[in-house]
Amino acid sequence: MAVAIVRLRSLFAVVMLSGIYSLIAAAIFVQLDAVDVAFTEAAVGAGISTVLMLGTLALTTNHEKIPHYTPYLPLVLVVLTGAALFYGTLDMPYFGDPNAPIHQHVAPHYLELSPQEIGIKNIVTNILASYRGYDTLGEVTVIFTAGVGVLALLGGRRRKRQRSEDMDKSVGGGMF
Amino acid sequence: MQHHVVLRVVAKILIPFILLFALYVQFHGDYGPGGGFQAGVLFAAGIILYAIIFGLDTSRKVVPMAVARWGIALGLLLYALTGVAGLLLGGNYLNYSVLGATQQSGQHIGILVIEFGVGLTVASVMLTVFYAFAGKGR
Repeated sequence: MAVAIVRLRSLFAVVMLSGIYSLIAAAIFVQLDAVDVAFTEAAVGAGISTVLMLGTLALTTNHEKIPHYTPYLPLVLVVLTGAALFYGTLDMPYFGDPNAPIHQHVAPHYLELSPQEIGIKNIVTNILASYRGYDTLGEVTVIFTAGVGVLALLGGRRRKRQRSEDMDKSVGGGMF
Repeated sequence: MQHHVVLRVVAKILIPFILLFALYVQFHGDYGPGGGFQAGVLFAAGIILYAIIFGLDTSRKVVPMAVARWGIALGLLLYALTGVAGLLLGGNYLNYSVLGATQQSGQHIGILVIEFGVGLTVASVMLTVFYAFAGKGR
């Protein structure tokens, strides 16, 4: 499916395929018992970003232009980086290994003590909202900044209205 | 999409449940999967569906752009001020234990409030971005 996304020139089909891709990724996350992540992936990846991509397509064009450069140097670079990453995973502990460092550091503290320290049953919520409150505050700030950025780039309604008023004046009459 | 009767009827039936489910995810996130982020996205998705089916102008009457813009800032402020409230009551920044009578109830109040802040900001940002994109196309 990823190959199809790269090969296709019709951007509408690409948007649809990436939505389906996100939905499948969400199903994989459910299989891995990461329900919260699956939830986010399904809502954001398959839902909102598809709508936003379609909105962008409506603003721009439906077809990708044929590139005028040869894609071989980027391809070699990407393959090399991917191979290096795969090589890196060889040293990682196996999936679900209880002796992996990630399960030895602060995770036991969270799992054992969060019912007494916080008393909320969903430990993911405990970690995100309380133990890692700063991180979540940072994430919300990132979203805030993204929203403000889009507003600054695309939200210029007032300027547009002024411009159309100016045009009305120059033409010598309003719409009505 | 104004004249697709099936779409209009189905959307009319579905949208209240989408919004209700968003609120459930928001305030039940302490017990089940979910939280402010997912709830905000769901809530925005419900309103975006409304906008797609019934038109942008109608949905701007339901949730005006100004409301969404204020929501962006208010959600983040709510989060940050909860941290300051903890500071004023004698704890560390973003330590909710001092907000309630006991440590657990304080944590509970703090998490509920900041999750609401997260949900408000996320829903407002998603809606603002959608309005900005959809409004440009006309």
